[in-house]
Amino acid sequence: MSRPTRGFVGKRRAPRDRRLPPGQYDIGRDFPVLTAEVTPSVRTERWTMAIDGLVRQPGKWTWDELHRLPQEEYRGDIHCVTTWSKFDTRFGGVSVDLLLDQVEPLPEATHVLATSTTGYTTNLPLEHLRNGKAWLVWTHEGKPLHREHGGPVRLLVPHLYFWKSAKWITKLTLLDHDEQGFWERNGYHDLGDPWTEQRYQGD
Amino acid sequence: MTDPRGWRYAEVAEVRHDTPHSVTLCLDVPGRVRHLAGQHYVVRLTAEDGYRAQRSYSVASAPDAPLLELFVERLEDGEVSTYLADVVEPGDELEIRGPIGGWFAWNGTTPALGVGGGSGVVPLISMLRHNSDNFRIAASVRTAEDLPYANELTAAGALIAVTREDFGGRAKGRLTAQELLPLYAPGAVCYVCGSAAFAEAASMLLLDIGVPTEDIRVERFGPSG
Repeated sequence: MSRPTRGFVGKRRAPRDRRLPPGQYDIGRDFPVLTAEVTPSVRTERWTMAIDGLVRQPGKWTWDELHRLPQEEYRGDIHCVTTWSKFDTRFGGVSVDLLLDQVEPLPEATHVLATSTTGYTTNLPLEHLRNGKAWLVWTHEGKPLHREHGGPVRLLVPHLYFWKSAKWITKLTLLDHDEQGFWERNGYHDLGDPWTEQRYQGD
Repeated sequence: MTDPRGWRYAEVAEVRHDTPHSVTLCLDVPGRVRHLAGQHYVVRLTAEDGYRAQRSYSVASAPDAPLLELFVERLEDGEVSTYLADVVEPGDELEIRGPIGGWFAWNGTTPALGVGGGSGVVPLISMLRHNSDNFRIAASVRTAEDLPYANELTAAGALIAVTREDFGGRAKGRLTAQELLPLYAPGAVCYVCGSAAFAEAASMLLLDIGVPTEDIRVERFGPSG
């Protein structure tokens, strides 16, 4: 338990919103952009989404093929490790479950490495992409997802810190071990649960 | 075993107000891990009832400097930055963790170019202080009084672009590709730091002058009070 900081009261609005994980604040209507690379312009006619690695049948989808799948909407909260959270926001796309069911993960698959068109990577346990917890999304608040926010298509895993929701997603690779991605190699947590404040390695 | 980068207490050794809307804190960190120029620390404040708030701040000091220097822009409704700017005094203890980040970081051995907007120049100051021979720097600010580390930047011959005022013989206006071109040596890694809008514009300028995408490293500041 931290010692109190002399004279610090904070700007709490009582009661604290139960949707807010520890150490986070409500950003309101803003949607900050935090990426480590130059924002790419991804052309949807050339973009593909692939799932490979430990699957019975590797899969690849074009923009049009993805749009022909049954669509879902996520409506809820997102949490960035830089301490802002955004409540009640909407993303539209397809469930990752749907794509995984098509490629049939092998029993030994335990982890996933997500890769973006920029080469950005992030790692997740496979179970955290399963059972209605993850989507590939291309709309936000009913409009096409802006490229600064990962458009045309980004991964959405809203129950984890938002760096796990890889922008400009192009591939998921299923593995039988955890392989660290970009921020994880640079000191960030392998899972990233906002409710237990898994911000950095060792948390 | 305690994580040497984990949470710990540092003593505030010096508090400076170098620009009207900022505070510079020099911290004495016991058992400090040597940082790389460009890395950041997290500062965590705890109220009497256990309420906490934390924010990340770039390190301005060189890796070998005895004290850890953090430059904090004071945001008018910033929960953490107003506390740091208005309340903290020498002798206070602050809970910190770091250094953090391995991507927006420079070891000083290869040529590099830094392009910073506003308080985005702070990590570039650490780079400049670490090895000025290998580092070129461009800074962009709205008004001259808001330029962090103005004296050091001027002394280092930095390109200083003030967007809303004429400054140092340069007419007001945004950075241009033409201005950046002479600062860039092919092969140099370019470090862009600032607001999302600045970072986007500056990366485009670098692409314009022929910097390969993979040689551009970007640190975008979200609003973080």
